[in-house]
Amino acid sequence: MTVDETIRRVLSEHGRLAVPIESLGDDTDLFGSGMTSHASVNVMLALEDAFDFEFSERMLKKSTFESIAAIRTGVLEMTAG
Amino acid sequence: MTPPGTLRVGMDLVSIDEVAASVRHFGDRYVTRVYTPHEIDSCRGRPGATDGSGGLVVESLAARFAAKEAVMKVLRPVDVQLDWRSIELHRMKGGWCEIRLSGRAAAMAAEAGIDELSVSLTHEAAVAGAVVVGRCTSRERGDG
Repeated sequence: MTVDETIRRVLSEHGRLAVPIESLGDDTDLFGSGMTSHASVNVMLALEDAFDFEFSERMLKKSTFESIAAIRTGVLEMTAG
Repeated sequence: MTPPGTLRVGMDLVSIDEVAASVRHFGDRYVTRVYTPHEIDSCRGRPGATDGSGGLVVESLAARFAAKEAVMKVLRPVDVQLDWRSIELHRMKGGWCEIRLSGRAAAMAAEAGIDELSVSLTHEAAVAGAVVVGRCTSRERGDG
């Protein structure tokens, strides 16, 4: 499973989105698509499980989770090296 | 500059089922990333529960999450996700809760001149909610 596929699976399972995950583009606003603050906590924890890391405090900001592209950037940064 | 006496209000609703699902799925990782040790202790009430709640009253957890989010709406952070634990719902002996801030949340409140916060929590069968009022009492500080 690719990074993007895993991110989409996590969002599908934990994002509580109001629209089908297939309808989301890379830059679609996830909060505008129904993801609540509480759901974003679940998404964060599920991403940590899926990629085996813990988000640094610096990464814990709303923009890290605002789109699939933003999440991909954060995941790649946390898993680099 | 925010004049002394200016009020800011925040409110939020949280699905109790969603909080229960988070506790079941992520267990202590969810609970300890979001709630302080005091909050966890004050939400214990179901010893021996077999529903995956770990003995925690999920309605109380949900109300506290709603209050934390309501405080964020009062503090108005811009692309800053405050540590959820820097906003603590401190349960008083009489049963009501007071808000205690620490770290970045406390700094943001000070910068905005918010010296007083008051909270009201509630829950029904499916939803928990909270309203938070912040009052600016500082004369020399404002919200920019």
